[in-house]
Amino acid sequence: MTTTLSESDSKALLSKFGVPFLPEALVTSSDEALAFASRSNSPMALKLCGANIAHKSERGLVHLGVKGPDAVRNSCQELLQAARPEDNATGVLIAPMANGLREFIAGISVDPLFGSTVVFGLGGVLAEAIADVTVRLAPLRRHDAYDMLASLRSQSLLGEFRGESAVDLDALADLLCALSTASSEIEGLVSIDLNPVMIVDGFPVALDALVEIDQSGETS
Amino acid sequence: MISTDHFKALFDPRAIVVAGASTHPGKFGFVALHNILSCGYAGDVFATNRERAEVLGRPTFADLTEIPDGVADLMFVCTPAISNPDLLRQAAAKGIRAAFIASAGYAESGDEGKHRQAELVALADELDLLLIGPNGQGLVSTPSHLCAQIVAPYPPPGRIGIASQSGNFVSSFMNLSRQSGVGVSRAISVGNAAQVGVIDMLEYYAEDPETSVGLVYLEGVTDGREFADRLEAVCRRMPVVIVKGGASGSGAKAAASHTGSLATDDRVFDGMCRQVGAARAASVSEAFDIAAAFATLPIPTGPRLAIVTTVGGWGVLAADATATTSLDLVELPDDLRTTLDGLLPPRWSRNNPIDLAGGETKDTVPAVLDAVVGHPDIDATLVLGMGIQSNQGRLEREGPFYPEHGLERIVAFHDRQDSRYVEVAVAASVAARKPVLIASELAIADPTNAAVTAVREADRYCFPSAERAVKALSFLYERERWLASFATEVPVSN
Repeated sequence: MTTTLSESDSKALLSKFGVPFLPEALVTSSDEALAFASRSNSPMALKLCGANIAHKSERGLVHLGVKGPDAVRNSCQELLQAARPEDNATGVLIAPMANGLREFIAGISVDPLFGSTVVFGLGGVLAEAIADVTVRLAPLRRHDAYDMLASLRSQSLLGEFRGESAVDLDALADLLCALSTASSEIEGLVSIDLNPVMIVDGFPVALDALVEIDQSGETS
Repeated sequence: MISTDHFKALFDPRAIVVAGASTHPGKFGFVALHNILSCGYAGDVFATNRERAEVLGRPTFADLTEIPDGVADLMFVCTPAISNPDLLRQAAAKGIRAAFIASAGYAESGDEGKHRQAELVALADELDLLLIGPNGQGLVSTPSHLCAQIVAPYPPPGRIGIASQSGNFVSSFMNLSRQSGVGVSRAISVGNAAQVGVIDMLEYYAEDPETSVGLVYLEGVTDGREFADRLEAVCRRMPVVIVKGGASGSGAKAAASHTGSLATDDRVFDGMCRQVGAARAASVSEAFDIAAAFATLPIPTGPRLAIVTTVGGWGVLAADATATTSLDLVELPDDLRTTLDGLLPPRWSRNNPIDLAGGETKDTVPAVLDAVVGHPDIDATLVLGMGIQSNQGRLEREGPFYPEHGLERIVAFHDRQDSRYVEVAVAASVAARKPVLIASELAIADPTNAAVTAVREADRYCFPSAERAVKALSFLYERERWLASFATEVPVSN
């Protein structure tokens, strides 16, 4: 029996291992959302948060580029009202919009033959068609993390790209090593999805996280 | 417990028994005996045949009890599966330590066969016998001039140790060995791998002084994590090259997570190979290229490649091939450019690839190669265009004017020149302890070409193309990087 953690619980858990996330808040009212938004000038991203919400975008539960007090208030209210009982919603996640052209995907997957593996690849809407993905067995050595980055076919995305600075490879290797550590420390871990990992000012930030755990205490 | 002594009994037996020798030249029991007797094996060879029929002019024994005690180390089994348990008991009683079971009728043939196979393994374990197969093609061990297999060929002696889950690929690798002259130490097809598998063979090869590189064909592994750990331990001691079948059959597995659907079987296997330091080749020919490179060349200590070519086009494609690897087609160092200015006509390329522009003579080629290979900022050198002169020589030798009109003299001169260039390239490689790769399609198109034969005589490998040479070299450099990574790093702490 596997269960998925909510986005905010997933992020809280992975933060402890050093996975980089945006500063964000889990709010339960429009007032709280507004208070968070008023601390910066950036447009906001708001998402409904709950353990059983799988397809947030498809259900319209992700609001991006929300700007101004009224819009923030409306967005929050709308999301809270859209929650269904089975979602187990715990509130709305609000964070400043991250800006970056480059998206990657990273995570942990348990292979039936080889056990926990660290996965890293090109993200975004074309990710599956392009299938530029590299996999290693956990735990990783740092050498393995850098080798994963070097194995990516889309090397040009790691350098300077359309006005954005080059990716800090050390930070990206750190992220992969953090996933590796998480995979050996989280009991019953089935999978981790960081999708997308966006490059913001040259540094990787995971904008979403999903942790899946087997509660029976067995990993397949 | 299977020990090194068991593997010594397998690969360097004092004497051999062929169980189930046949008088029919079409049967495995005939072919196995024929091959053992035909390739120079020096130990005694005993054969059993139920009717005591003479085979290949030799007397046979009705069964194993008739052969002397404590003499034979290896039994090669061609008898029907049903008689094999008794055979194993008799063999153990005679002091035999290893049995190669060529017989079919085991796990490959259904549930009953599976059961039979499990019983055979349990019996071998109990008798302290190393059991290879069943359903295997055989083994080769050139230090003992041993060709105990039911197929050809018998390869020249060398440093490559082959282990395969498919007998056909053992033959493929050994055919390439025969063609190129880069030899084999041991080769074995593990058949159904009932008691021991490819990884056990690699572990023996890693401690075998006759073997310096492992060459493997794999279809699948059962215990992935244990396999990976053992393979890494082998790779610490010896380079291993792997071709794996089934790469295309790795569809996305049933996975709830997005990353899970991206982590296909083939990507996992590929990543595992990189991690444990094994060179995963895309094809049989690429695998042999890489193994031959490991067997015959020093490993480069850095990525800086120089390409020396007698004419332009080859160098261009070789440079292109470099772009997709971790090798670095370096800018020529100023002092090296100056040195080459003094040796070559002004039209030479003045950059890397170093295009000699037809300026090669019996004096310039050795001087250029010495300067390039020996330069401290060059880690590896690829030499293209060897054999052109003797190729023209061949046309002249086979033409209607030979040997008149001075042709005899010039043809001999061409051959000498090409041999000499190759000898110089190899000598520069040995002196600088750096890899110097020679590539020409003449390796396949005309193995009698003077340059190609000179490469072979120097115990080197003539790569069939510049691209293939570059690819193989990149795997040599990857190994250097992998080995170095342990010196500079500690594992991620948990």
